[in-house]
Amino acid sequence: MISFLTRRLLSGVVLVAVISALTFVLMSMTGTDTARNLAGATATAQQVAQKKTELGLDRPVAAQYTDWLGSALRGDLGRSWAGGDSVAASLSDKLPVTLSIVIGGLLLSAILSVLLGVGAAVRGGLLDRAVQLLAVIGFAVPSFLMALVLALFVGVRWRMLPATGYTAFSESPSLWLQSIILPSVSLAVGAIAATAQQIRSAMADVLRLDYVRTLRSRGLSSRSLLLRHALRNAAPSALTVLTLQFIGLVGGAVVVEKVFGLAGIGSLANTAASNGDTPLLMGVVVVMVALVVVVNLLLDVAQGWLNPKVRVA
Amino acid sequence: MTLLPEPGTLGGEPVIAAPASRQRLLRRLLKDPVAAVSLAILGLVVLASAAAPLLTAHDPAGSNVAHALAPAGGAHPLGTDGVGRDVLARLLYGGRTSLLGTALATAVAVLLGVPLGLVAGYFRGWFDGVASWSANLVMSVPAIILLLVVLGSVGQNTYVAMAVFGLLMAPGVFRLVRGLVNAVREELYVDAARVSGLSDGRIIRRHILRVVQAPVIIQAVQILGIGILIQSGLEFLGLGSSGKASWGAMLNDAFGNIYTKPVLLLWPGLAIGLTVAASGLLGNALTDALFGGAAGRSRKRRSAKPVKRSVGEDRPTSLPLPRLSGDELLVVEDLKVTYPKDDGETIVVDRVGLTVRRGEVLGLVGESGSGKSQTAFAVLGLLPAEARTTARRLVFDGTELGTSDRGRTRQALRGRRIGYVPQEPMSNLDPSFRIGSQLAEPMRRHLGLSRSEAKEKALALLERVGIADPARVYTSYPHQISGGMAQRVLIAAAVSCDPDLLVADEPTTALDVTVQAEVLDLMRSLQQERRMGMILVTHDFGVVADICDRVAVMQNGRIVEAAPARDLFAAPTHPYTRMLLDSTLEDSEPRRPLGTTGTEQGADA
Amino acid sequence: MSAVPADLTRHHGPDKDPADDGPLLSVDGLVVEYPGKRRKVPFRALKGVSLTIGAGETLGLVGESGSGKTTLGRAILGLAPVTHGTITFRGRGISHLGKRERRALGEDIQVVFQDPYTSLNPALTIDDILTEPLLVTGVSGRDARARVRELLHQVRLPADAGARLPREFSGGQRQRIAIARALSRSPRLIVCDEPVSALDLSNQARVLDLLVEIQERTSVAYLFVTHDLSVVRHISHRVAVMYHGEIVETGTAASVTGQPQHPYTQKLLLAAPVPHPARQAERRAARRELTARESASMKAGSA
Repeated sequence: MISFLTRRLLSGVVLVAVISALTFVLMSMTGTDTARNLAGATATAQQVAQKKTELGLDRPVAAQYTDWLGSALRGDLGRSWAGGDSVAASLSDKLPVTLSIVIGGLLLSAILSVLLGVGAAVRGGLLDRAVQLLAVIGFAVPSFLMALVLALFVGVRWRMLPATGYTAFSESPSLWLQSIILPSVSLAVGAIAATAQQIRSAMADVLRLDYVRTLRSRGLSSRSLLLRHALRNAAPSALTVLTLQFIGLVGGAVVVEKVFGLAGIGSLANTAASNGDTPLLMGVVVVMVALVVVVNLLLDVAQGWLNPKVRVA
Repeated sequence: MTLLPEPGTLGGEPVIAAPASRQRLLRRLLKDPVAAVSLAILGLVVLASAAAPLLTAHDPAGSNVAHALAPAGGAHPLGTDGVGRDVLARLLYGGRTSLLGTALATAVAVLLGVPLGLVAGYFRGWFDGVASWSANLVMSVPAIILLLVVLGSVGQNTYVAMAVFGLLMAPGVFRLVRGLVNAVREELYVDAARVSGLSDGRIIRRHILRVVQAPVIIQAVQILGIGILIQSGLEFLGLGSSGKASWGAMLNDAFGNIYTKPVLLLWPGLAIGLTVAASGLLGNALTDALFGGAAGRSRKRRSAKPVKRSVGEDRPTSLPLPRLSGDELLVVEDLKVTYPKDDGETIVVDRVGLTVRRGEVLGLVGESGSGKSQTAFAVLGLLPAEARTTARRLVFDGTELGTSDRGRTRQALRGRRIGYVPQEPMSNLDPSFRIGSQLAEPMRRHLGLSRSEAKEKALALLERVGIADPARVYTSYPHQISGGMAQRVLIAAAVSCDPDLLVADEPTTALDVTVQAEVLDLMRSLQQERRMGMILVTHDFGVVADICDRVAVMQNGRIVEAAPARDLFAAPTHPYTRMLLDSTLEDSEPRRPLGTTGTEQGADA
Repeated sequence: MSAVPADLTRHHGPDKDPADDGPLLSVDGLVVEYPGKRRKVPFRALKGVSLTIGAGETLGLVGESGSGKTTLGRAILGLAPVTHGTITFRGRGISHLGKRERRALGEDIQVVFQDPYTSLNPALTIDDILTEPLLVTGVSGRDARARVRELLHQVRLPADAGARLPREFSGGQRQRIAIARALSRSPRLIVCDEPVSALDLSNQARVLDLLVEIQERTSVAYLFVTHDLSVVRHISHRVAVMYHGEIVETGTAASVTGQPQHPYTQKLLLAAPVPHPARQAERRAARRELTARESASMKAGSA
């Protein structure tokens, strides 16, 4: 188990390194344009060249990346080219927003998909139909469209929850909760749909297995049969899907934040990408990928805990 | 972004089924209303986008601020948007962008994923290692983030973005293909092809591509849908090719006017939702048509084959029951088990009657499909939900059980007074729980034992069934013990609550012959020690001769002969029984050594 | 049947070839190891196995699961890696052939697997399955189909079976199809890996009789792998007993299954139940006696 986790952690570190390098290389291709943009429309060629030197863009890409990596490892992510703000400060400023809606979406997905998936597998009938329908809707409606619809009706028309803005938890826990409900729900619908369907089919598969019949032969209660034995064995495949869904969730946040006017990592990414702001974008990418790595690691731990073949190897 | 589970796989294990022939597939697909409607929607979207110039005279980019936000009707059937562009024209032309973009992404994903997956799965080695590792890497990056980076560097271009997106989807296709290939290459028919002298290329073409193509088509259909979603997301962020009409850009415009004219959300939203839903549903329908739906996904063969009988063959009654002496533990009369099928029903057990006394072992013998296991499961009440069971009498120790599986009486008896020993030791233990907890759970429930009492009794049971190190096995998981040991554990579990009747379904078939002998010894001694009645289902007359007091021979769902074991072996009366006994090889002459070849070299070892 | 070209129906009759002087197949000191996962020690499935099979002979290979009997068959077929030792077929070493040479050997060495459900590609028709080994050699489609009709006749399947799919056949019929596939190029040796253990009793006897009949007609040799002593006695000229990757006893079918010498073979024989209550009771008593003797001698050994 320990060596399994170490391996996963290592590959997570490699992932961050590879993606950051890739981002850096891609961004460096636009070096001249960026310098021109930053120097201003009326800048002379000399001024642009000077800007380039100032940003270090005239040096080889490898050297630039090594510099960035060196400072990043010391905790210094540099300063935004556009505003000059500290990247680390912007990130820590915006991270709580994104974390709130992404983790909220993940929890929502996990809880609701278990309830719906197990219900659909066991009860069948109307609930099963509903889950199937939800699966189609969740697949077909992108999270930002869901967000637009929710914002329009729940937020603007019915005024049940705020349609825009974010309130920090430290300011008011209840307002914080209200401000993240709609974004989290928009993000989660697709994940709930996919995961619930996965749990449903995994449960149905497990319930067909020999050992379930044998457990039934021992006269166990159907509660123990379903929740203790069947769900436990259906969980690994559900977790795998949830892991993939979480990656989608993080991506979806970029768009959903825009709809709800949330100043999170996603909108930061958007701005950085359109401005060609390499230091800021690098920071965003590293944080997002690290977030995925950490959550995947947690899900791996859960996976290992569920699967004795991993745990007791 | 949403990712459906990889089609063609369940719980990570690729499912290989025989794809139906092509013509039949299309017909079956069109019969399915969902598939037909999905196909129609997709066809309509494609046609409308292709014929955009014919359907509208407006320029999708031609803005006219004077006519901004015009209502539907007149020159603008769907009105105009925030800068006065015709909504219908943008919808039609936007369809082009969306469809071309997503087709590009799908093509990239498939063209990259399939060959790489084939090579990695078939040849394995270092290439597989590198490719799989890279695929995992790419799959754990949020696609939209990478797309932002790419668009940040090359500028706003929808098609570049979609090509890159295809690149990001390729690992999914790769993993699907690789998994399928990995599974097929272990199939014996691939080994046979190899032995037949087929080259690798030929094996891939003939045997492997066949298995790969259907799931890849299904996944491609779904990537088409996902591509539209991602693309609209990027355009919504304002990162698509500027000046090109697109559904995502329309949503962006609608978002800007959400307070003044929210209906602008409707058309692009509908277009995206319907197109993507249609592709998703089409993928599901294809899966069903190709793999026969959920039922066909299970690779397990039905143990009971349908019984076809002509009317004249129908005999009026089953064998007469032996006279009841009053001390019967179990009396079954006129038991019938049927499964519904498209036209009527399949009878798997027909008018079966049997009795088991305390301390008696009844052997239920027959070939596969004879209904012997179905009879045993009917007694236990463990038939699948779709089975229909009827019986004139099904009496256990004086109590009528009724034929409802979930009946209260049955539930109360199962595990407590009727124990069950299954066939396959490994698949009948829950892999996620320790042996100890699986043993203790029923005892705590039925006998009301405390945790420590249950443990003590479980350890004693493990020792009783001949396990050398009970404490170790108690804390082991099923995958840590051998098959023979697992079967002993299952026997321990079956007798843990001191049942009066034990139903054993081919309890030694999966075991090696030396282990089988020990397990039979164990079952006999437990049965005698506790004076249990026992039903032993088997196809092996050797096992019958070893342990059974009475035998019932089953054929096509019926008992054709029942007699005390000694009599049956000495003087079988039914021709089927005689044929079966004649088929045993026990008394056949050993073949003589080949005289001429001179290879008699004695012991080589 | 006259339409079948002569080169497709080789008979390995009395016409002697210089390569036929020695045994058809000889295996010498064969070791097969499977690499262990993640730096674990490799698993040694065969620990130095030697045997020979003559032309037209059946060598029965008996053993329990994990004894290495299937691995031995697969090594001869080129499907398992040979770590040490040699396999010689008609005087020529075949344990480390190149891909092309190995493929050419398909003409001489064939296989029938245990599971008739997974050894036939469910998506191919019987015709496709049976012509596959023929078309590889460049035989024309017409000749191949003529040969298939003859093969179907040989294994007693209806001539129209060719157009159907494997799932339309029962287990016994599928196994006949697998046998027909093995026969299609008239091989000299067929490795039969538990070919009847997935079959019902009545089919089992019929398939065995078919194999014997084919052997008497074509002089094909069988390496017949099985766990069942009564099956092995019925079909084998000679029998080898495997235990933990080694051959512990070899001899005629009558001697190995009648008066086994090695304690393991004795145990195996006594453990197999006889379909006769009184004789089985005797056998059971004899087995218990053997077990008691064994444990007594073990106690004596440790004391």
